[in-house]
Amino acid sequence: MTEGLRDTHGEGTRLDPWLGAYAARAQAMRASEIRALFAVASRPEVVSLAGGMPYIGGLPLEEIGDMMRRLIVDRGETALQYGSGQGDEALREQITQVMALEGIAAHADDVVVTTGSQQALDLVTTIFIDPGDVIVAEAPSYVGALGVFRAHEADVVHVPMDAHGLIPVALESTLARLQAERKRVKFLYTVPNFHNPGGVTLSLERRPQILEICARYGVLVLEDNPYGLLGFDHEPLPALRSMSDDGVIYLGSFSKTFAPGFRVGWAVAPHAVREKLVLASEASILCPSNASQLAISSYLNHSDWHGQIKSFREQYRDRRDALVGALEENIPSASWNVPEGGFYVWVKLPAGLDSKSMLPRAVTARVAYVPGTAFYYDGQGADFLRLSYCFPTPDRIREGIRRLAGVVDAEMETVRIFGTGAADRSGSVEFPSPDLA
Amino acid sequence: MDVMILAGGLSHERDVSIRSGRRVQDALRDRSTRVSVHDVDMALIPSLREGGVDVVWPLLHGESGEDGSLQALLELLGLRFVGTASKDARVAWTKPVAKSVLGRAGVDTPDFVTLPQSLFREVGAEQVLDAVAATFGLPVVIKPARGGSALGVSLVTTRDALPRAMVHCFAYGDVALIERAVAGVEVAVSVVGTGAQARALPAVEIVCEGPYDYDARYNPGRVEYFAPARLTEAQRDAVERAALETHRVLALRDLSRIDMIVDEQGVPQIIDINIAPGMTETSLFPQAVEAAGLDLGELYGEILATAAARN
Ligand SMILES: Nc1ncnc2c1ncn2[C@@H]1O[C@H](COP(=O)(O)OP(=O)(O)OP(=O)(O)O)[C@@H](O)[C@H]1O
Ligand SMILES: Cc1ncc(COP(=O)(O)O)c(C=O)c1O
Repeated sequence: MTEGLRDTHGEGTRLDPWLGAYAARAQAMRASEIRALFAVASRPEVVSLAGGMPYIGGLPLEEIGDMMRRLIVDRGETALQYGSGQGDEALREQITQVMALEGIAAHADDVVVTTGSQQALDLVTTIFIDPGDVIVAEAPSYVGALGVFRAHEADVVHVPMDAHGLIPVALESTLARLQAERKRVKFLYTVPNFHNPGGVTLSLERRPQILEICARYGVLVLEDNPYGLLGFDHEPLPALRSMSDDGVIYLGSFSKTFAPGFRVGWAVAPHAVREKLVLASEASILCPSNASQLAISSYLNHSDWHGQIKSFREQYRDRRDALVGALEENIPSASWNVPEGGFYVWVKLPAGLDSKSMLPRAVTARVAYVPGTAFYYDGQGADFLRLSYCFPTPDRIREGIRRLAGVVDAEMETVRIFGTGAADRSGSVEFPSPDLA
Repeated sequence: MDVMILAGGLSHERDVSIRSGRRVQDALRDRSTRVSVHDVDMALIPSLREGGVDVVWPLLHGESGEDGSLQALLELLGLRFVGTASKDARVAWTKPVAKSVLGRAGVDTPDFVTLPQSLFREVGAEQVLDAVAATFGLPVVIKPARGGSALGVSLVTTRDALPRAMVHCFAYGDVALIERAVAGVEVAVSVVGTGAQARALPAVEIVCEGPYDYDARYNPGRVEYFAPARLTEAQRDAVERAALETHRVLALRDLSRIDMIVDEQGVPQIIDINIAPGMTETSLFPQAVEAAGLDLGELYGEILATAAARN
């Protein structure tokens, strides 16, 4: 062992012989108390309104089991072998049909299959971001994307949303400011439909405006759309990608419309970008799982997947109603939006409450949520929390909100006694875990 | 010997407990014991009733595991288990009660006051905090009267920071312990055995950049451990005596970890008592065992054998 890597100095030890060897970006990694508190969220006593886990119990598991068996018996030689770096061709063709539902006309050659859209996020960031480059993103923004951006040492600048999604004038003024500061803005990361965690959807009217502003500033758009087909009330809005072929990289996923366990997502990109994505993907994983891809492919071929999505929508609508109804009844002092699809409600706490300090109380009361600070790059968001209604049944959701109401009351009482307000946590950093997805 | 480790539970320290359970299981792997790990849930009592378990090792941290409830259940079921009996666990777990018992027995602990949230509401928080600052001076340490892994603990150096530290603490429980902050060398002394047979393992010294908080404890890097601690012979005797005295006065059984700060006069001030010390990769108890030149598996085996033979 070389001197620089030695674990002892004096006679002490830091219990890690590799301490001197880590990359700079690993130094800021912290074991947060929040992760510890989430350890109980998996216990059945706890109503978890924290994770974005889809309701897998709603799938026809017998049927999927039979399908998987047939897949291995009939096509095992392919399914269990390495495959193409870009992804299975038949599946890519099917993916173009899925995207057609949101107005996207793409060719199978434009599609790169990835290990969840999370890997696509990583690939896009890998090929575009040098340390210090700027990514513009909604405020708040998906915690898993922020984790990827942080790992690549990007700088993230948040732009506010309102009930109609990202605000065009705010985007414009942010880009103008960054340009004046000579910052290198590489892309806008946006979740236009049923935002995670914001719950809002970018209005039809704003879609071309956002594209136009980005085109004017020479900023690529990264459209992340795992929830687009999970709208409760109307047909999906046309994707940003359907309005611009050259200016948008589109990310899709089967995680929320089918099952995240297969880890299959995809990217659609302008052809030059697509080439680089494939090379980057091969360098990191060789190829996406053939078994998973063929499973999804045969599911799309043989199951009534439209019917399944419809039934998911109905289940999720019931759960949304249960959550929103329970909030109205039990926590009227908070405010929230009513999402028209997807999994999440973004709640603003009554003044003075801090969702992160309140979390231990919630865990004691056997209810879990994600503190708002997880969804900002810079520690803002202490006065918000995210509630997910995708996993628990409506009854459990109501029970969870009753518990949360008790937690909010107790925390209000403490805050009132001590006259404190929400903390400014600028500079503190959250590391996402799969519990938060 | 058939051993059932209990790990997990519903406390804030579930995560740490699960890791402790796995490490102890690993250390016992090559021995002639059969070791299973079980959570504390609806399936526990049926599993225990199935029989065949010679001894239970509760490795639950935090409430229900350390407050004596689980021990009471094991006593109720007539099972032999490692560690302190329920009635004594309850005393050790409640910091202010343990401190009073120790104080009466002449063991030093930092000056303190125990205040429930309701008192602040009834008489006005600002005035109480003013009195705290005036009596103890700053810094003070605010901590939940019951708790572990430094959750809810703050070192407060300015009067302005007191209210937020109180809010942070009360998120973990209704009663706060406010303690004079002791400057000095932080050491943890692990004790093995019971009563007159108890012996102290070498003290482990903790030198931490920033607070010795959750991150510092479980994410290696910020803490430098010295095992054995860099103490003079007199200090070493003093910390061992204080630990053994604490272990005996509180009637702790089989094992414990007594945390203390050796103040500037060289006097050990007890700050925390753990009847189910952490057993993870970064925990202090296993470090002390190694510093003593003992084998973890062998020592755990002896602890289990003693517990299994108890009447
Ligand atoms: N009176 C004090 N003076 C100075 N520092 C203190 C004092 N009390 C506690 N600390 C610091 O705070 C840390 C946590 O305190 P303490 O051990 O009481 O908490 P705990 O939650 O019971 O932790 P454990 O997991 O050790 O049971 C200590 O390790 C020490 O660094
Ligand atoms: C906005 C967003 N993007 C991406 C993902 C990751 O999805 P996948 O399972 O496809 O990796 C999620 C999952 O929660 C998400 O909410």
